[in-house]
Formats: sequence, structure tokens, C-alpha cells
Amino acid sequence: MNDEILDWGIAELHRRLEAREVSTVEVIDAYQEQIEIQEPEIGAFLTLDLDAARSTATAQDTRRSRGETLGRMAGVPVALKDNLCTTAFPTTAASRILEGWIPPYNATVVDRLADQDGIVLGKTNLDEFAMGSSTENSAYKITKNPYDLERVPGGSSGGSAAAVASRMALVGLGSDTGGSIRQPAALTGIVGFKPTYGRVSRYGLLAFASSLDQIGPLTASVEDAALVAECIMGHDPRDATSLQEASPLLLGALTEGVRGIRVGIVTNLVEIASPSIQAALLRAADALAQAGALISEISIDELAFGLAAYYVVAPAEASSNLARYDGVRYGLREPGATVEEMMIATRTKGFGPEVKRRIMLGTYALSAGYYDAFYVTAQRVRSLVRSAFDRAYESVDLLLTPTSPTTAFRIGERSADPVEMYRSDICTIPSNLSGDPALSVPAGADPDGLPIGVQLLGPPRSEQLLFRGAYAVEEGLR
Amino acid sequence: MTQRATAGPAKGWEYVIGLEVHTELKTRSKLFCGCPNAFGEEPNTSICPVCLGLPGSLPVMNAQAVDFAIRVGLALNATVQRSQFHRKNYFYPDMPKDYQISQYDVPINANGYLELPSGRVIGIERAHLEEDTGKLVHRGGHGRIESAAYSLIDYNRSGVPLLEIVSAPDIRDPEEAKEYVTELRAILVAVGASDGRMEEGSLRVDANVSVRPIGEATFRTRVEIKNLNSLRSLVRALTFEGHRQVQLYENGEAMIQQTRFWDEERSLTGALRLKEEANDYRYFPEPDLPPVAPDVELIEERRTELPELPSARRGSIAMILPELSADLRETIIADACWPYFRSAVDAGITPARAAARCANELTALLPDIGVLAPERFVEVLAIEDRGDLGASQVKILLREAASDPTPVKELVTKLGFTARDEDAMKAMVEEVVIRFPDEWGRYLGGDEKVAGFLLGQVMRQHGRQISGAGARQALLALADEARSGAE
Ligand SMILES: [Zn+2]
Repeated sequence: MNDEILDWGIAELHRRLEAREVSTVEVIDAYQEQIEIQEPEIGAFLTLDLDAARSTATAQDTRRSRGETLGRMAGVPVALKDNLCTTAFPTTAASRILEGWIPPYNATVVDRLADQDGIVLGKTNLDEFAMGSSTENSAYKITKNPYDLERVPGGSSGGSAAAVASRMALVGLGSDTGGSIRQPAALTGIVGFKPTYGRVSRYGLLAFASSLDQIGPLTASVEDAALVAECIMGHDPRDATSLQEASPLLLGALTEGVRGIRVGIVTNLVEIASPSIQAALLRAADALAQAGALISEISIDELAFGLAAYYVVAPAEASSNLARYDGVRYGLREPGATVEEMMIATRTKGFGPEVKRRIMLGTYALSAGYYDAFYVTAQRVRSLVRSAFDRAYESVDLLLTPTSPTTAFRIGERSADPVEMYRSDICTIPSNLSGDPALSVPAGADPDGLPIGVQLLGPPRSEQLLFRGAYAVEEGLR
Repeated sequence: MTQRATAGPAKGWEYVIGLEVHTELKTRSKLFCGCPNAFGEEPNTSICPVCLGLPGSLPVMNAQAVDFAIRVGLALNATVQRSQFHRKNYFYPDMPKDYQISQYDVPINANGYLELPSGRVIGIERAHLEEDTGKLVHRGGHGRIESAAYSLIDYNRSGVPLLEIVSAPDIRDPEEAKEYVTELRAILVAVGASDGRMEEGSLRVDANVSVRPIGEATFRTRVEIKNLNSLRSLVRALTFEGHRQVQLYENGEAMIQQTRFWDEERSLTGALRLKEEANDYRYFPEPDLPPVAPDVELIEERRTELPELPSARRGSIAMILPELSADLRETIIADACWPYFRSAVDAGITPARAAARCANELTALLPDIGVLAPERFVEVLAIEDRGDLGASQVKILLREAASDPTPVKELVTKLGFTARDEDAMKAMVEEVVIRFPDEWGRYLGGDEKVAGFLLGQVMRQHGRQISGAGARQALLALADEARSGAE
């Protein structure tokens, strides 16, 4: 029975709950059993509270038995990336500097999931402050890829990805600044969605790079991703960059198909991917063509500059966003003879090497005399990427690329070479720079059995079309 | 530009002063969150995740702060423009995010000016929005962070909206600096943007000051004096600093660009830190806030709604009472007095009387009585203007009119002031006239001297509270009636 429960998507789970074939408590028990087996090997979670989850489940069963209508996430076990503020769990961003910090407020997305009766099991591991592509930069633990425990799950939302991929949670929430949802989704064989910038409120997301960060779901299927996205999207008055418009309905649109939709394969991003990924991408393109989409090839050379621009803009914003971790108000405080010494000691001890590297990079890029050469130039490149996308979308409706140039790499393989690590995000970064929606969908496996993901990109606010495309790929490759 | 005799720091030298005035805007809530913008609360009670800069919190622009900034910009004849917030990055424990959200190269208001009562015009380079920091309280040592045993932080002030108004280096002596701040404060209060209370820190002044030989066109090395929190400190600090700088030049010593503080007790400025060591603030556009783009319609609406500003008030006074002394004029155009004066003059009260009552009785009374509706003030003055009340009665009546909502006319009766109305007065005079027919006849016959006797009888009958002028008026009216009736 338990194994069967873990197979259900959200819709199936709801059918069974409604039919009283299963209780919410039984669902939580099934996930608890799976966590007890998997978690010691995978290490996806930083904190778990299954007792709280079970009492929420009990309460939901009672409400259901009284005839109440429950929310759209009722009974759904959720894993939250540990950079989302929660009053019920510490929120650390996998950093020593926030060890044990319990926020006095919930992130908007956390409240929205709770409003829909989602059940949070725990908080998941990530690269410290979401800075990384492997989840190896966590100050607390290394999360393993469920498909090969010697390999990384990708990052920075590696904990949420591994939790969903190993069926320890039905839904994961992550944040995506340069690919941090999509790349781990690809490396663990699940769906990862980064909405249009402003679609989901960032309130309560520990900022890495404010102009790039977006929160999104990691799920086993496109349908589940659509449902979770519908629950968390929408204007939030507490986020001034939040879009004012009503968010699109995704679930109902999934089956509308892609007949006549023009999909461009971005050849210059395909060329840099490994052969098995190239082959998988062509299979995905085939699936789209079978469903009636019009496939063409397009080269967008400007996207290659995205990586360099990103590694100026993101560290620049991060250097400022992470200034507040100074030991004065919360988190770690190391003693010092003066305030300045205390701050220096705290930050020296509290931040890991990758975070320090990016703070240094960003501080440098914003410094007097370098600002124009770095920050201003990077912003210009960012506009260049934006207009390159605009031009591309004059001739196609969606773009198709690999999500990552490689499948999951070995733990430690890229740790010594940060630039090589940064390259993991070359296909995902352009959408963060442009603010466009993007989605990674599973597309088979390489000869070693490691999952491959392909990425669909669309113009701003084109989530509906994006999900129709993703659903067609998923159906076609099934 | 009107010329004005300015006083230099020494013979042959002149001051070059520019002021940065930080004013707290009296919005209901803070600049980027919903916390009340209140003064004097218990420490760390007016706080939330946003103004504490907690991880994950985000700023949201307060529309009222933008509105106030626009009003000030218009009152300072500035260009109100689409503006952008920047982050000013530096570490300090009173600043929860370790960056301040401020405006940098595109402030909301640019290129204005302010005309002083002297007629001199001072340029306003910019007036931009920014958030205030928390407040540090140092315990032990000398009350400075370096020597304190420990420090406490109150974040109630964190995120309070500030408007920083930066003048051009057009101010030429300490008294003029005082005049500038006084005028600016009057404008801020008049447009409703600030309560102008320097002692509560809602107006804080930093001064940039240098000196140069008169006739020299270029500026010399300047010194910044931080946090001058009273007009007295401002004048004394600038004077001290001017003398210090001239002395340095005359002794052939080097002037260093630096930040100094004013020590009120020891009456001197001391070095705070060398400008060379100043932070590189690493300004960059605040990604959490879209640009503030006030629409043209709103700006024009605010322009038409601007209240009469001090300079305009001065203009009206000059028309109505050209002889009025500058002191009285400044008292009357102050916000506390002006609505009363304006209503009185508009109601046809003798301007000189309105001015005198505003400057004397009203300014003396207002601190005690708090509020008095201008209409009631006008009613009292109208009674006085008719000659029905004496000055001491007016003073009492004003005080009563503020605390007792009874209509002013009834109040007069209630107080036993026999001003009453003209009919009552006429009746009283008539009573006397009937009792003294001979004297009345002589008076009608043209013997003016009898008037004194007759009026004296009225007073004897009804007491000294009766207005002599009113009684005389009634006597004249009766005589007129008697004469016209006889024809
Ligand atoms: Zn607040």
C-alpha cells in the first residue's frame, strides 16, 4: 500500500482521499516510512518534523469527515528549500551564520501552500545561500543523487530535488537564481519550473540576487508542477516587484496541445551538451513534432555572454544582500573587541568559501573605479540577452534547449574549479537575466542511467504555453 | 539676486556654506513597511521584519512619503522627476540591512531654489527620499561607540522616511544659514510634510563649510560638520569653524577635507574622521524597488493644492501692512498665526488690529489653549473692532472662546461683559437720557461737553465693563434719531 501511495500524483491522491480509500495520516505514514529508508542515504533534509505533519494530517482527516472542502494541496507532503522563511522550522540557507535562526514570519509562498492545506514535512538542503550548482556548498551536509549516491543532485535546490526524486516528498519548493530549480530537476529526473520574474512573491525568500531570484516547484510531473504553480503565483503587496496581473490558469490548459506552435531548438546551446543529452533533446523535439508543433533550429549567440554577465550581477547583488548577516541582530555572533572586529569575526566564521568568493567578486564589481567596467557592462549584456530573446520570439513561440550540458557529476568532481562549476548553469542563466519563464522536463537517461532534462523557454508571462509544451514532451516520451 | 551685507569670519574673508537638511516626513507609517511612524515609543516596539531588515523581507514604497516629497519639491521650485532608489552600502550596527535605501543620481526633486526673507536666493541641488537608521545608545565611556562599555540599539526610527534637502554652496554667513533653515522649516511645515521639531530630531542639519578670501572665485577645501540639532548650535559651529579655517590659512597650515562634530559644551568642532578614509558606498540601483514615477497629473494636482508659502505670505503682508516690523511680520506669517491673520483680514477686521492680536495675545495664548478655531478668533476681533470690548476683555474672551464652545456673542454675556449688542446698549443710554432731560436737551442743542456726563451716568449704572466707545456710539445714534424725528 505504502509504495502505491508514493506513486500517486496530486490529482490521484485527491481522488483517493475524497473516496476515503486512504486517509491523510496514512499518506504521511507512507512518506515517513520512505524517509526513514531513504533519508540516511540521500541526506536531502536539514530539518524534519513528521510529528507536526501527522497532527496536521489528523486535523485534515477530521475536517474531511465533517464534510469540509479542503484546499488544493490537501494531504500533499511538501519539502521546502531552507531559504524560505518558516515560523515552524529554523531557516538557515544552509549557512552556519544562520544556524538555529527561526524567522518570526512565513514566506508568502509558505502561507499560500498552508492556505491550500499543503503539509510541510521539513526543510531541505541547498548550496549555502543558494550559491552553487551541486548542493556541495552546504555548511551542514552533502545531498546525494538518488540515481547514484556518488553523484550530486545538482543545485542549489538539490535537497528539494533529491527529496522529490526519491519520493520522500510529493512536492518540493526551490528558488532559481541561475538555474537552481531547473538544473537539479534535470539531474534528478523530475520537473522544475521557474516562473516569470515577479510571478511568485519573493517575500520571505532569503535573497541571493534580488533581480534574478524566483521561487518555483519541483515535482514528479508537469501536472503537479502546474497545480503547485497555480497555488503560489499571484500578486503580493509585500513584494514591490510582484506582477500586478492575474496569474494564468495552467492545469486546464495542459491538454490544449501544441498543434501549430513553433518551437526553436537553440543549436548553440545544444552543441555544448554531451551526446546523450543531444540525443535526448532530439527525442523531445520529435515528441513535440508528433503532437503537431513546428520545429526549427535557431542560434542565439548572445546567450553565451549570459554566464559572464550573471557572475557580475548576481555576486554584486549578493554582496549587498548578505551584508546584514553581521552578528548584531540574529544568527551567529563571534566575539570581538570592537563592533567592527565582531562583524569581521562573525562573517569570517559564518560564511563558507563559495559565499565569501561571491561577496568578494560582487564587492569588487561595485567598487568605485570598477563599477562601470563590471556592473554597468554586465547590465548592458543583460539587455543584449533580453533583446536577443525578443528577436527569437518573433519567429518562434517556444525555445528548446538542454537544461544542463551534462548529467549529474561526481561529488567533488568540480569543487576545485569554480569556473567549471559555474558552466553547469550556462543553459539556464539566460532566462534569469531576461526574467522569462522556463521549465525543465525529464527526457530519458544517459547510458549510465542518469536522468536527462530538457528545457523549454518562453517569452515573458507565457507560462500557459510553456506548460502545454512541457506536457506534450512528457506525454510524447512516456 | 538681492545683495545683502554678510559678515565674514575675518576681514577680507567670506564663508561658503552648503547645508544638508534631513527632515523626517510625518507619514502615518514608515517608508517601506506598515509600522507606525511615531516618536517617543518604548524602544523596539515600532518594528517589523521589514524595518528590522530580517532575511527575506522586502521594502514596499509608501505612497504618502512620495506625495510629501513632491509637495516639498514643488514648494522649493524644484523639478519633480521619475526617480530611482539605490543602495548605499556600509556596515554600521544601527542599520539593519547594512545598506541604506536612498536616492543617488536620480533624486525625486532636483534643481530648485529658496528665497530668504532677506530676498537672497539659495539654490537647492536636490531633495531626495531615504530611510532613517536606528538609534544607538552608548553606555559607559564617553557616550561614543569607540569607548562605550556596551551599546543598545532602538530600531523604532529605522525606516522612518527622510527627505534630504541639499542646498547649493550659496550661503554666505552663519546667520544666513540660520535664516535658511528657519525658512526651510517654515516651508516644510506649511506643506504638511514635517512637524519641523528640531529638538525631537525631525530636522537634522549637516553643514559643509569652507572659507575664501573675498573675490576668490573658486571653492577651497571644505569641512563637513555633522548633526547640528539646534539653530544655536548651527550658528555657533559655523562661526567657530570659519574662524578656525581662516586661522589655519593665515598660519600657513594645511586644510584637510574632513568630517567634524560640534561639541556644544566645549564650543568647538572636533575631527570625526578623515574624508580620505571614507567608505566606498558601492551604490547600485535597488533591485527590490521599481523606479518611482509620479504621474504628471498628480504633480499638477499637488501644485494647485500648495498652501500659501512663507514668501507669498510675506508678499501679502507687505501689501496690507507695509510698515510692519520684520519681527512682527515673521511672527504673523508663522504657521501658528497665519490662518488667524488671514481669516481676520479676509473678514474685514482692521489689519493692524489683526496683526497686533495675532502677534501678542494669540501667540501668548496658543501654547496654553492649544486650538482656537480661526472663525471664533475673528468673531472676537469683530466685537473689538466695533469698539465693544477693551483689550483686557479681548484677552479673556479669546481664552474662553478656546475652551468654551458657547457662541462668542453669548460668551460675552456669560462673562458679564456688557458689550452685548447695540440694542441693549441703546436701551441703557436711553434710560439715562430719560432721567436727565435737561442735560439731554443741551446735548441735542450742540453742547458736546454734556456727553461726558451722560456717558458717565451710563457707566455708573451698568458698571465699568461697559465699552465706553460702544456707549458713545449709542448716544450718537440716539441723538441722530431724536434730531431726525424732530424735523
Ligand atoms: Zn516595520
